Amino acid sequence: MHMPLEDNLGLNLLAANQHQAAHNREHFDAWQLLCINVMSSPGAGKTSLLERSLPLLANDFAMAVLEGDMTTQLDAERLEAVGVPVVPITTGRSCHLDAAMVAGGLRLLRQRLDPASLDLLWVENVGNLVCPAEFEVGEHRKVALLSVTEGDDKPLKYPVMFREADCVLITKTDLLPYLPVQVERIEDHIKQVNPRCVVLRVSASSGVGIEAWHLWLHQQVAAQRSALLATPAPRPGSAAAPLSLAR
Amino acid sequence: MHEVDMTRALVLSMHSWREGHRPQEPKVSRVNLQVGAFTCVEPDQLLFTWKVAIANSWLEGAQLAIEPVPLLGRCLACASIYSPEAEQGYRSPCCSHPMEEIVSGRELRIRSVDYELVEANPPPNSQPDPAAVI
Repeated sequence: MHMPLEDNLGLNLLAANQHQAAHNREHFDAWQLLCINVMSSPGAGKTSLLERSLPLLANDFAMAVLEGDMTTQLDAERLEAVGVPVVPITTGRSCHLDAAMVAGGLRLLRQRLDPASLDLLWVENVGNLVCPAEFEVGEHRKVALLSVTEGDDKPLKYPVMFREADCVLITKTDLLPYLPVQVERIEDHIKQVNPRCVVLRVSASSGVGIEAWHLWLHQQVAAQRSALLATPAPRPGSAAAPLSLAR
Repeated sequence: MHEVDMTRALVLSMHSWREGHRPQEPKVSRVNLQVGAFTCVEPDQLLFTWKVAIANSWLEGAQLAIEPVPLLGRCLACASIYSPEAEQGYRSPCCSHPMEEIVSGRELRIRSVDYELVEANPPPNSQPDPAAVI
């Protein structure tokens, strides 16, 4: 007998990805580390920022990087050079990292070190202002970069990315004297789509603003530690219900 | 072309849903999606990539129905609901308040699936009952 049926799912289109992201986060919490997803358009300065920040932060934090790149391992090589373990994740045709790719990166990372020894895990996403905003990877915080050369209209043109970010870094501020752009307008546009995020001006090449950015990071690591103390991390695999999409 | 990845994610979610029906086999006639205006998904692109993605798969022939959901914000100054516009910096027209609360527009939701259950391995000569087609 054939009966027309309708399942009311009310399910996020990205449910499969979100389930894997929740699983990744359980591991991060069990390892008591803070995972930060760094996103921006190509060339906004994600790798340059990490090159500047990682050696300075290495005094305070044990860190590793999962490095997303579409075809090459060039960025991973740049970051290995500063002495932090880097696992390259080549995404192929995909223009973002998803939770399963990050899970694959974590498996490779575990072959090299015990993630429980880490304080901070960086996920450097593929350069793209669109997709990474929608694909969670299990991160605790999202950081979006916007370079001053990209123009002040980008937060309005790509609002989802800037809406999702916990912190937006306006990068390459050392170029401001040479550009017909007002950094206040960029900040204003970011605040319009996301009044609650932290906006900081930085220059990876001059170092201006890096201290404030590191202060924000210290605050986030501390906040995550207190959050975990308040609610101890569940054993990975125990908390997230098995993926059940049926009725 | 990020809709390719969105479609892949949708098909993955549908696979998981199908597993929940084992050992029976759901034959899907329509997937009803809600797509908010404040997402990275372009409905037309999604319709195109959906057709390509489901060709020669267990979902072949399934229609994708997309219900657009407008972006609505709630003005935190006066609690009125408004339609944020990029040209106005997403501010509320009533109080010029920044867009803090989004009421709708972030949906990327599989609202429901229309389907019928068939035997997992129907004999090759079995014909579907025409009366059952919605």
